[in-house]
Amino acid sequence: MAENTTMHLDVVSAEKELFSGTISAVFAPAQMGDVGIYPRHTPLVTGLRPGELKIEVEGEEDQYLYVSGGILEVQPGVVTVLSDTAIRAEDLDEAKALEAKQRAEEALKDQQGDFDAAKAQAELVRAAEQLRMIERMRKIRK
Amino acid sequence: MANEKEIRTQIASIKNTQKITKAMEMVAASKMRKAKDRMNATRPYAAKMRNVIGHLANANTEYNHPFLLDRDEVKRVGYIIISSDRGLCGGLNVNLFKAAVKDMQQWQEKNIEIDFCLIGAKATQFFKKFSANIVSQVSQLGDEVHLDELIGTIKAMLDAYTDGKIDRLYLVENEFINSMTQEPKVSPLLPLAAEDNDELKHHWDYIYEPDAKTVLDSLLTRYAESIVYQGVVENVACEMSARMVAMKSASDNAGDLISDLELAYNKARQAAITQEISEIVGGAAAV
Repeated sequence: MAENTTMHLDVVSAEKELFSGTISAVFAPAQMGDVGIYPRHTPLVTGLRPGELKIEVEGEEDQYLYVSGGILEVQPGVVTVLSDTAIRAEDLDEAKALEAKQRAEEALKDQQGDFDAAKAQAELVRAAEQLRMIERMRKIRK
Repeated sequence: MANEKEIRTQIASIKNTQKITKAMEMVAASKMRKAKDRMNATRPYAAKMRNVIGHLANANTEYNHPFLLDRDEVKRVGYIIISSDRGLCGGLNVNLFKAAVKDMQQWQEKNIEIDFCLIGAKATQFFKKFSANIVSQVSQLGDEVHLDELIGTIKAMLDAYTDGKIDRLYLVENEFINSMTQEPKVSPLLPLAAEDNDELKHHWDYIYEPDAKTVLDSLLTRYAESIVYQGVVENVACEMSARMVAMKSASDNAGDLISDLELAYNKARQAAITQEISEIVGGAAAV
């Protein structure tokens, strides 16, 4: 029976779909140690470490995909890998959040730097508005 | 009547402007196509994720993640506002800010304070003027946005929610309807709306590694991030198509102006010639 020897695999990341198709086995770097998933595996959800995903397709060469972490879900007949696109770690994320906060503070302080650009832009908008006005007047006069 | 030379320089300068707007239109058109592809490429991830979360939430009713809990009392709210970095894209950003400000009024009436997370230089410029409380900010993302660059900014807001600093989180973004229409949209991001889907009602006994809580935590964080990321990618597509339309109408306007000016130029030339002839004829008659 075909459904007992194959299963469907989807590998997706936030930015794009990486793999979708019928496979005979997949090996993944799970958080508690590497796992091999064959058809009729029991339902499982696990986090992934950064590492290599090995995909076996019947009658084809093995495929390798790099994942920088993510989640692996096994359902009867369907395996889903939600791959991260970035290396994730609690302290790394924390640092990034701090950076974003700092940027916000700088943006508030940095009134001067943006001022000229903002002013020039405002003038440009006004000029464009005037041009449109002139255009409209001209059409009315006709 | 303006003299010939003046009109000629005016025509030349408008033609130059038209060249620029035409070039910008074409650049925006090709960038829009790429942005649309990228936008579509992000869809499967969110769809798959929603599926997995649905299964997990159904299988694990005993663990309630803060993202899934609706808090009755609202003391402070957060807004994530996605704008573009550059202008010259018609009313795209202004319409978005208007929609955001309008939505915020309901909180201001109740004296509820608002925290901001701003994505894009335009939003920063706009909300800075209101001395708004900006928690996190990111700009200069370029046309090809990577999730990597957004994680910190979003995390600042998600943490604020988990810590109870804010009780609601809204996402303000442009929705790409088609290349001519983009609509500002304000939608609640947190708490995550529970989806009642009959397809998800059947559930399996999962094995969790390391445990259900950890898995659900990281899933939900990623899900919230992916929604924001999708919004940012969609906004790029909106920006490009809005710019394309704005530049097209600018080029058309320039074309109209040029034809008007050319008419005026020809008239002025004719008038000058006629005058010259009548002067000669008048002169000859006097002799």
